[in-house]
Amino acid sequence: MLMSLSGIVFGVGLFIITQAQTSGFEHFFTRTALATDGSLHVEDRIQDTVAPMSIGNATVSLGKERKYIPGVQFPGQISDALHQFENVAGVAAVLRGSIEVDSNFRLQPAQIFGINLDEFLAVSDLGRQILKGKLDDFRDNPKGVIIGSRLADRANLAVGDPVVLSQAGRSDRYLVEAIFETGVEQVDRERVIVHLPEARAILGQPFGVTYLQANLHDNDRAEADAPQMQDVLGHSVEPWQEREKIWLDVFRALRASSALTVSTIILISGLGMFNTLAMIVLEKTKEIAILRSMGYTRRDITQVFLLQGALVLAVGCVLGCALGAGGTWLVENIPLRIRGIFTTDHFVVYWSPWHYVWAVAAATVVVLIASWIPARRAARLEPGEIIRGASA
Amino acid sequence: MPGDAPILRAENLHRHLGQGDARAHILRGLSLELNPGRLYAVSGPSGCGKSTLLYLLGLLDRQDNGDIWIASERMSAASDAERTSARNRLLGFVFQFHFLLPEFTALENVLLPMRKHGRLGPAPMRARAQQLLDEVGLGGKAQRLATQLSGGEQQRVAIARALANDPALLLADEPTGNLDQQNSNHVFELLAELAHQKGHTVLLVTHNPELANRADSTLRMSDGKFVN
Repeated sequence: MLMSLSGIVFGVGLFIITQAQTSGFEHFFTRTALATDGSLHVEDRIQDTVAPMSIGNATVSLGKERKYIPGVQFPGQISDALHQFENVAGVAAVLRGSIEVDSNFRLQPAQIFGINLDEFLAVSDLGRQILKGKLDDFRDNPKGVIIGSRLADRANLAVGDPVVLSQAGRSDRYLVEAIFETGVEQVDRERVIVHLPEARAILGQPFGVTYLQANLHDNDRAEADAPQMQDVLGHSVEPWQEREKIWLDVFRALRASSALTVSTIILISGLGMFNTLAMIVLEKTKEIAILRSMGYTRRDITQVFLLQGALVLAVGCVLGCALGAGGTWLVENIPLRIRGIFTTDHFVVYWSPWHYVWAVAAATVVVLIASWIPARRAARLEPGEIIRGASA
Repeated sequence: MPGDAPILRAENLHRHLGQGDARAHILRGLSLELNPGRLYAVSGPSGCGKSTLLYLLGLLDRQDNGDIWIASERMSAASDAERTSARNRLLGFVFQFHFLLPEFTALENVLLPMRKHGRLGPAPMRARAQQLLDEVGLGGKAQRLATQLSGGEQQRVAIARALANDPALLLADEPTGNLDQQNSNHVFELLAELAHQKGHTVLLVTHNPELANRADSTLRMSDGKFVN
């Protein structure tokens, strides 16, 4: 029974620790993605078209089809309409395009993001993501740029350095006013932020924007709000869950995989408990029979074994949760340098009561089944047969 | 007390044991009545059906045919729950191998049937258990584990346990079969005292003719039937 208890303790503890780790990285990624790219993007305009089909001389309409016209042609109107949704907290226009960054050290491909700074600060955490330099210097300099930290490293750029941005034969000289770091490798490696009028000049796009970035009061409602917004605005609306779907799916798969792996420990300890209780039933048949002869019911006998299982479960869960909490705290303090899909210098964990609830629920199911079967077997024993056998 | 309504009545009891070719007709139409305050002995050679009869009367087994009434309650067709309840309220068992729970003390073993009955509170229950152990001469060993008692002492604890809920009928299956002469006499005298002074009905199964002859009534069995 001690082995079963140990299994429950380690199973519950490891379940909590692995869930805290995997969901920690998932939450870190989600938080960063939201802080950088907002809750949703309003992008291409949707134009409904009718697709006819000719059969002989007759033309049959097959219903509506959709055509997407790139970008947002009237960002002001769409922004006003977007603000009518009560869940919308802020909207910022973004003009995006591919450019080359020439730092005199290296020519780097990059993505230019033209923004209105104050508008963009309302829908992102750019203010908190500045690693070097000052946002005010960028605000005051129409020819200022903010570049990602990884891009700055690759191009050997520092705050105050000049840089040439070019696209399709057009090029202009700018000054690095700040360097930002989101923690998401791809963003920090390719993003260059400039004032919207400068982006229009470089990309040769005097009107419209690539997309509107919106922030929501309740980010979890983004998926539900998106279709309504799309109907009203006539533009495609991409919630963050869809935008980051690939990575979110990877994190979910990792979380499920680690939960399954760790659950096998609980399952094995459950099998151990089943064996132990089954052995106890075999060893205690005389005692069970004598209790039955005294007037203890089948239900009483079942309860004795279930109580035994419940005690192991209760002690195992309490110790397992303590182990999980302690282990999570230790893991959180382990130095770990990650420079991949995101940037961190220590293990990222997420503290959630649900990890404890799920760990205890998994252990409860396994232990109840492991106890219930021997308990039922014990309750079914016929006292007369056992006493006759024992007395013979 | 003799002359009161019988505490147990059984009519035409039949019981087979075993399966297929090994199936044997163990009890062949037994009938009996047990009256309050008397010590009955069932004796006979090994395999004559004494213990099988005791288990049927003790509601630990079911007859194939016939009827059993205990304290006027018809038990032969009763549900498992009703029979279990009757065992707790009306019956006490003493077996050849005492069957005490080894992890429990003598006092805790005696408390077990009372805890299930639930008629007394914790303090009166403990007082009664102590009193019963005093009556069987083991008051000073109440806190000893069952394994720390001698065979005779364990059997006396088993008798105290059987009396815990003040049963109308005490069923004893070879209670002296595992004891020496001195302890056998002690246990028999205890059972006789329970019948004659406390008014319990005692049914004693024994293959020892000397003990059987000392009972108020002796029911001799042979081949599944009572014989004169």
